[in-house]
Amino acid sequence: MAATGIFDMPSYVQSSYLGLVWLQLEVSLGATLAGLVISLPIGQLCSRLPKLYPATLGIVTLIYSIPSIALFVLLIDYTGESETTVFIPLTLYTLAILVPGVVDGIRSVPRDVLDAADGMGYGRIRRYLTVELPIALPTLMAAVRVAAVSSLSLMSIGATIGNYGGFGDLFLLGLRFFDNRLIWVGLISLLVLSVLCDLLLRGAQRLLTPWARSLRGAS
Amino acid sequence: MSLFNYLRQFFENPSYHSGYDSIWTRLVEHCQYSAVALLIAVVIAFPLAVLSGHTGRGDGAISVIAVVGRAMPSLGLLVLLAAEWGLSLSVTMIPLVLLGIPPILLYTHAGIRAVDPAAVDAARGLGMTPWQVVRQVEIPAALRLILAGLRAAAVQIVATATLAAVVSFGGFGRYIIDGLYQYDYAQVVGGAVLVAALSLVTLFVFWLLDRLLVSPGLRTR
Repeated sequence: MAATGIFDMPSYVQSSYLGLVWLQLEVSLGATLAGLVISLPIGQLCSRLPKLYPATLGIVTLIYSIPSIALFVLLIDYTGESETTVFIPLTLYTLAILVPGVVDGIRSVPRDVLDAADGMGYGRIRRYLTVELPIALPTLMAAVRVAAVSSLSLMSIGATIGNYGGFGDLFLLGLRFFDNRLIWVGLISLLVLSVLCDLLLRGAQRLLTPWARSLRGAS
Repeated sequence: MSLFNYLRQFFENPSYHSGYDSIWTRLVEHCQYSAVALLIAVVIAFPLAVLSGHTGRGDGAISVIAVVGRAMPSLGLLVLLAAEWGLSLSVTMIPLVLLGIPPILLYTHAGIRAVDPAAVDAARGLGMTPWQVVRQVEIPAALRLILAGLRAAAVQIVATATLAAVVSFGGFGRYIIDGLYQYDYAQVVGGAVLVAALSLVTLFVFWLLDRLLVSPGLRTR
């Protein structure tokens, strides 16, 4: 019996525990970040041209309703059995959460504040970076947290196309080798990691919006 | 485009036209799993959400359940339950039902909470009992969001019913899982396209229901 400690992996896992943690974080959080980078301009465009928003929302909902396992296996033909094959669908799915988050965030910025910034001679980019984005941040971060946590759990489906599901690999390997302990380890690790990521992002949000803290303290 | 070649290869293969592994058998299986799971989820979640929406309680609990629903690793739960309790279809239904409950709760609750209080007051003033208010005012007025919740639940369940194949059951997932094991990529592509199509059909059915059932007065707003 080689595997005795909780974090020791049997040889058929082909990855150390920390390797799984790293893969899980790299792909899920990477996909969330990529989704955010794509959503910011799309959301900006949709709040500038409100007529575009229902159609955009329809498209991201349509993409979100394509089962992940279907997208993964269809991509194998183009990107092989690789991290990229898991990364691309996860990124697409985050759009369904992040685009509405960005739009709601931008809509939460009061018109007066924008006018004040314009009056102070702020350029478009400066106004966006120093006024709009910070005010939109709480709403935006709420969406980012949901996207990150759902990517972490959705990534497990990647186990079906090879060893790209992070802790999801442990589910299928545990089933195949009749090792229930491995399934438990995978499931609990995934839940703990999700909670930690959520807490970390909450912490980041507190650091990024110090005024929200002082407001709450004052009232 | 090689995907089209794979698809043609799959759909022209006579072994998928009739019998045990035919597309129709798999379609019926997939729809059965999904419909049963959705029905159980509705029976559990809908009355609860109507009650909490009507009384205006439980906002916090429902938003927590919504987040937990998004975070739930359905594959992990499916495999764990199968490994611990054995390969049975009723055990396989559990993760599907759990997946369907949060969106139904969330949307129905939000929908009923958002009903114009003036309409509810008017209904009470007309002498309606609370049950009549729920049935004749709140549910019809909230129908749009109720259907949106059912749609989200149904789409998630149809997508995840594919995973039933991982624990030995049928449905379109059978093609994907078998194809991956047999290095038969045409079968994988066929299964994936069928599952995706079924999800989109589900989406379309709920769009149609929305058109047919929701009062036109609510849609223009």
